[in-house]
Amino acid sequence: MEWETVIGLEVHVQLSTRSKLFSGTSTAFGAAPNSQANIYDLAMPGTLPVLNGEALRMAVRFGLAIGAEISRKSVFDRKNYFYPDLPKGYQTSQLAFPTVGRGSIVIHLDDGSEKEIGVTRAHMEEDAGKSLHEEFATDSGIDLNRAGTPLLEIVSEPDLRSAGEAVAYLKKLHSIVRYLDISDGDMSQGSMRCDANVSIRRPGAELGTRTEIKNVNSFRFVEKAIHYEVRRQQDVLEDGGTIVQETRLYDSVRDETRPMRGKEVANDYRYFPEPDLLPVVIDEELIEQVRAELPELPDARRQRLREEFGLSDYDAGVLTASREVADYFEQTASACGDAKLAANWVSVELRGLLNRENLSIADSPISATCLAGLICRIKDGTISGKIAKTVFEHLADGEASVDEIIEKEGLRQVTDTREIENLVAQVIAENAPQAQQYRDGRQQVLGYLVGQAMKLSRGKANPAQVNQLLRDKLQP
Amino acid sequence: MLHLSVTELAAELSRGAFSSVELTRACLDRIRQRNPRLNAFITVCEESALAEAAGADRARARGDTRPLLGIPLAHKDIFCTRGLPTTCGSRMLRHFLPPYDAGVVEKLREAGAVLLGKTNMDEFAMGSSNETSFFGPVCNPHDPDKVPGGSSGGSAAAVAGGLCPMATGTDTGGSIRQPASFCGITGFKPSYGRVSRWGMIAFASSLDQAGTLTRTAADAALMMQAMAGLDPRDSTSVDRPVEDYAGEAGLSLRGLRVGVPLPHFTEGLSAGVEQGVRAALGELEKAGAELIDIDLPNNYLSVPAYYVVAPAEASANLSRYDGVRYGYRCEEPKDLEDLYTRTRSEGFGEEVKRRILVGTYALSAGYYDAYYVKAQRIRRLIRQDFARAFAKVDVIAGPTSPHVAFAHGAKADPVEMYLEDIFTIAVNLAGLPAISVPAGYDRGLPFGLHIIGPDFSEARVLGIAHQFQQLTDWHLQLPRDTHLSPTPGDTHLSRNAREGVN
Repeated sequence: MEWETVIGLEVHVQLSTRSKLFSGTSTAFGAAPNSQANIYDLAMPGTLPVLNGEALRMAVRFGLAIGAEISRKSVFDRKNYFYPDLPKGYQTSQLAFPTVGRGSIVIHLDDGSEKEIGVTRAHMEEDAGKSLHEEFATDSGIDLNRAGTPLLEIVSEPDLRSAGEAVAYLKKLHSIVRYLDISDGDMSQGSMRCDANVSIRRPGAELGTRTEIKNVNSFRFVEKAIHYEVRRQQDVLEDGGTIVQETRLYDSVRDETRPMRGKEVANDYRYFPEPDLLPVVIDEELIEQVRAELPELPDARRQRLREEFGLSDYDAGVLTASREVADYFEQTASACGDAKLAANWVSVELRGLLNRENLSIADSPISATCLAGLICRIKDGTISGKIAKTVFEHLADGEASVDEIIEKEGLRQVTDTREIENLVAQVIAENAPQAQQYRDGRQQVLGYLVGQAMKLSRGKANPAQVNQLLRDKLQP
Repeated sequence: MLHLSVTELAAELSRGAFSSVELTRACLDRIRQRNPRLNAFITVCEESALAEAAGADRARARGDTRPLLGIPLAHKDIFCTRGLPTTCGSRMLRHFLPPYDAGVVEKLREAGAVLLGKTNMDEFAMGSSNETSFFGPVCNPHDPDKVPGGSSGGSAAAVAGGLCPMATGTDTGGSIRQPASFCGITGFKPSYGRVSRWGMIAFASSLDQAGTLTRTAADAALMMQAMAGLDPRDSTSVDRPVEDYAGEAGLSLRGLRVGVPLPHFTEGLSAGVEQGVRAALGELEKAGAELIDIDLPNNYLSVPAYYVVAPAEASANLSRYDGVRYGYRCEEPKDLEDLYTRTRSEGFGEEVKRRILVGTYALSAGYYDAYYVKAQRIRRLIRQDFARAFAKVDVIAGPTSPHVAFAHGAKADPVEMYLEDIFTIAVNLAGLPAISVPAGYDRGLPFGLHIIGPDFSEARVLGIAHQFQQLTDWHLQLPRDTHLSPTPGDTHLSRNAREGVN
């Protein structure tokens, strides 16, 4: 019998504010331990929180981007628990009245279809510090630099039906927060952290008991962790067992999930409204201001690229997943005037190069203008597409301009008819049997002959001209 | 000079009767002499006080005329003072040296006041008798066998005993007004949000408010003028103009509608206090005020509601004292659990632990609605009671406390102790301004008249209290054992000062 997987994700997104959620301390990553913790972050007696307006605007920005309700009045609560990296002994969060209410996110599935995933809510809260266990023999170290960094916890409805959908949702969320410029979304740095609630059921049945997989730190691990967990739950149920509602940790080395120790999860957080902060009132004016500043979002851009540049939905999807890539593409396309070539070069060659070198597009050794220049040389026949790849490699190595490389390396395409006639004559002479076969009607041999001519010209001959001339010469 | 009010001292300093250094030295002498018995101060900063006083004298010589310039001051040890121990009356913070000043501390420093030291208090402001302090109980200057009230008992005893002319306090459920009543001085609690809570160690954040302990209402107005105002570091501090707190000092009592709250004159009120408070109200009536009986129907719920809300907030506010970053830490913890358990068991006193437990319980799953949510509902009802009353009357006046100061150890039952604040607590739950002014003596001990005003009617409340002090002289009566009224030494000093200036 079939099983249906039901997944809901809770994603913590670190907001890229300059200072912390309730104190003026810098949030810059990588500073010496505890150098970015002021008296409030250290929970010194008598210190008080002041809400960071930038963080609030970012939360509203996110809410508007996913078409969510923005609470006119949201309330911060204290979530109480003891842990050394939680200096106040409570985390300031939002329980009953989150800033962002119900909204939705559309994901694109591999088969080309779309699916709308409900977002239950998104609430603001502060991050905890870090406990460092490795560097100290018998003690633990505490680094409070991260303590108080603003987070937006985005909670989805249990609308996801597979690990693939979960990853698509996560990638979409990543894309949205980056478009909105509210987070760098970097999972490896912990700027985006994901907890997955997973259950399985027989189709049409009530929801099964769920387990929560904590803190999975890459898209790939989310997929693997869910796969593992679904299989585990199937095994348990098929063996006649029952699923225990629990929190599990994903171990990427052994590729399995394991229950967290009971003590760490059996907590009564004793939430109550934070009396040091007044309810946050968000007026229409602020909402309209933030709305007016909203950038074009991935889905809208995808649609526009399809319409404006005639791209396929797939290409448009690939190019718009990242705002920076889409920007790059648009610059290239408008500078060279050929969107299809630009789309190809950006999504294949450039992406390949960046992946190989592990670079972000911002650090690309080839600028959009430069790539556009290269495409122009293909279009005006100076070089062939194949030669262009050679030029591209030179550009990637940081060499001069497109034209300088073409000249220096002698890569200019041969378009001179006489030169090509000589070339063709040579090929026919050197490949007499094949030439004869073509004359005898074996059309497909032409490709071979064109290839020989291109090889002879070291790729520089204009393939269309070669093709045409060969046909002419071998005319029966 | 130690019997003078702040207002009088300011005048004397300004006309050069004596210098701030002389005045400060007199206070320090008095502290040295009386504090061993009263235990009103936890920390005395003699050297810096004299340096500040000298600075004030120099400023005055340059023409500085700020009213609090050079006036000695004591801070309740709940206000953080940079580089000066701030204990909150607890073993937990016995050696805590804050690297920052509280907003109130900054403001009074900017006003030119001279800091003498930090006063004793109930541990984390939890108590009504100043018996829960880790630094020992404070004695009432009127009778050392009696408590001074709490939690601002050290500040009240210091002012009443002539150790300093003014002191700060905090009031969460009556912690300024009740000790003022017990010690025969004037204690003022402003509206919630009027004075910054930044750097004031939290007990119950939604109720805590800083205020003043002085001899007179006029003095309270002077202090308030320096202390009040928006502080962007405290999100609950209010953004509204600071009034002239002496602005209504000249108001007429004629036609003033004074509400007399029936629930404050029922059982539990001692006969002597009732008689005295009725007489005090009679003085107001004689001056033309109209006494109108009012009901505060939900007043009886204020103590139970308070003892849910305040401990609930306290249970979270005190979580930070975990032995990890500062404050007391137990010896040789075995592991994290042991560190937490022993640090907090050893670092906190019984009453603090009791309230943390009560608060934790009230917030626990399954009890939250029955306790915390219900208490918040009661709080709204209590606010409504006051709002209805203030539609009919300008202020409300009654007893501050059901009786006069009791003997040390007399109230061993915590619940009995909690009922100490039965007339004051509702004011905190509603966030209103209120004052306790000396209104008489019962069996040789002082008691206060409690005057409550609507939201942000500070100037009005202070004005009425000032008028009452024009009609009566209870606030001028000094503890029997204190020789503050012009003594040979005082005269001598004053004469010297005059000569020095001339």
